[in-house]
Amino acid sequence: MPGEFPTTRHSIVQALSSPEPEVRRRAFDTLARCYWKPVYKYVRLRWHADPQDAEDLTQDFFAQAFEKGHLDRYDPAKARFRTYLRVCVDGAVANAKKAGARLKRGGGIVFVPMDFPAAEHETLAVTGDTADGTEEEFFRREWIRSLFELALGRLRDECQTEGKETAFRLFQKYDVEREAEIPAPTYAGLAQAFNVPETQVTNLLAYARRRFRHHVLEVLGELTASDEEFAAEARDILGASP
Amino acid sequence: MTNLPVSDAALRHLQAVVDLPAVPSDKYELQEIIGRGGMGTVYLARDKELDRLVAIKVLGSHITSPGSVERLVREAKILARLEHPGIVPVHDVGVTPDGRPYYVMKLVKGNDLSAHAGDDLSLGAMLRVFERICDAVAFAHAHGVIHRDLKPGNVMVGAFGEVLVMDWGVAKFAAAVESPGTVLGTPGYMAPEQAMGDVENTDHRADVFSLGAILGFLLPEAPPPALRAIARKAAAVDPGERYQTVTALADDLSRFRAAEAVIAYPENLLDRVRRVAWKYRVPLALVLAYVFMRMLLMLIRA
Repeated sequence: MPGEFPTTRHSIVQALSSPEPEVRRRAFDTLARCYWKPVYKYVRLRWHADPQDAEDLTQDFFAQAFEKGHLDRYDPAKARFRTYLRVCVDGAVANAKKAGARLKRGGGIVFVPMDFPAAEHETLAVTGDTADGTEEEFFRREWIRSLFELALGRLRDECQTEGKETAFRLFQKYDVEREAEIPAPTYAGLAQAFNVPETQVTNLLAYARRRFRHHVLEVLGELTASDEEFAAEARDILGASP
Repeated sequence: MTNLPVSDAALRHLQAVVDLPAVPSDKYELQEIIGRGGMGTVYLARDKELDRLVAIKVLGSHITSPGSVERLVREAKILARLEHPGIVPVHDVGVTPDGRPYYVMKLVKGNDLSAHAGDDLSLGAMLRVFERICDAVAFAHAHGVIHRDLKPGNVMVGAFGEVLVMDWGVAKFAAAVESPGTVLGTPGYMAPEQAMGDVENTDHRADVFSLGAILGFLLPEAPPPALRAIARKAAAVDPGERYQTVTALADDLSRFRAAEAVIAYPENLLDRVRRVAWKYRVPLALVLAYVFMRMLLMLIRA
């Protein structure tokens, strides 16, 4: 039995409609942590909102969803949760445009710190292939990016706690700091830079990738509503062709 | 702490490597994904020791049920037991450090049968491929193994005409006991008793049904009636009305190819005359040509 796999899923999707205020609040925190950036970029690029409106719409979307329980109506039998959420965003933006007025930030509710300048910087970098495709594809790609960033944060924290900083830094250097058309460093180069034997580079990378996968699945487990949705998303994300 | 941004290039790269199984790197070098199924992923890999390309099937990291782990291990054991030219051979088996079972098998280069069927092959060539599938399945049955998921997508036809039956992931030993209600297989090619989860009455004849469905898939739009009858008999709803063994199906197909009467099709006098005429078409044509020439000569002399 795969030992690196989170055997218990702690889905936040059901908790979004929990009668316990604290449980519900925590679920919205996690939801916003993963989704705020995809929502912001989506509103900016697909709805052509200016940065200030996109900020307001993003903040307002989560606040309204929390206050009015828009996400309670999600039915796992009909769609994946991220698709449902994107459709809710479309509805929220369409309504806001119809109202024709600038939105107020929803009642002062703030779930997680949202670094909008950084998100805007990333949005401006979206061009070519990334900007193409359907709304669903664009939102999915940004959602995976956000999911990976969350998993990376968890991996970094874990490696620090367990004294595996070298494994994380190697992973970061070799697998994360990738740019198109720039060749990846060689194992020999990494061995020299990190002052470890080359065989150790292989082992440390394998360890970090395995733990990264664990955290991706853990985050995914939190953000999906059913085992079927979880398995389907995991297959889509982890089984992608190189 | 701030988030670590992930670029597009990193996103693609991470998606490619995040699920890479930790197979022994001193023995195998993974190259690319060549297949994905519900249960696992198949990688193209280089066997470093023997310097040859192989295929490695690994359980997906997101699959955790003990049943899936057992199934992949069982598949490897079944394949190892079935040494036959029509069944892909297994070279190695193991478990990665994070508990994912895998097995290494021969790399089969070619197309699956559904792609191959679109190659405008003659009926004779198609039937030869089908007979080879029957050979492999009959061999498995003789060793007590039922495939249970035979379909065009699970048959590979190699560049040199070799035919291999693949994906034995839901195969079972005929004597193995399963809980009622278990439904494994592919709709459209699955026998009715298998689709209903009637474990007690699902036996090797479920494979006969699937072979009948495959034969139906391979036939042209207007096939010879006897051939259509063979496919229908094999894919009969009632297992008792099917061919009772794959060999019986293959034998009837051989009779068809030899222009002999087949069990599945009770022929009338006209059918019989046509078939016999077709069977002896060459000597018949020679006799007719001889008679025609004789008559022509007689006419000339007269």
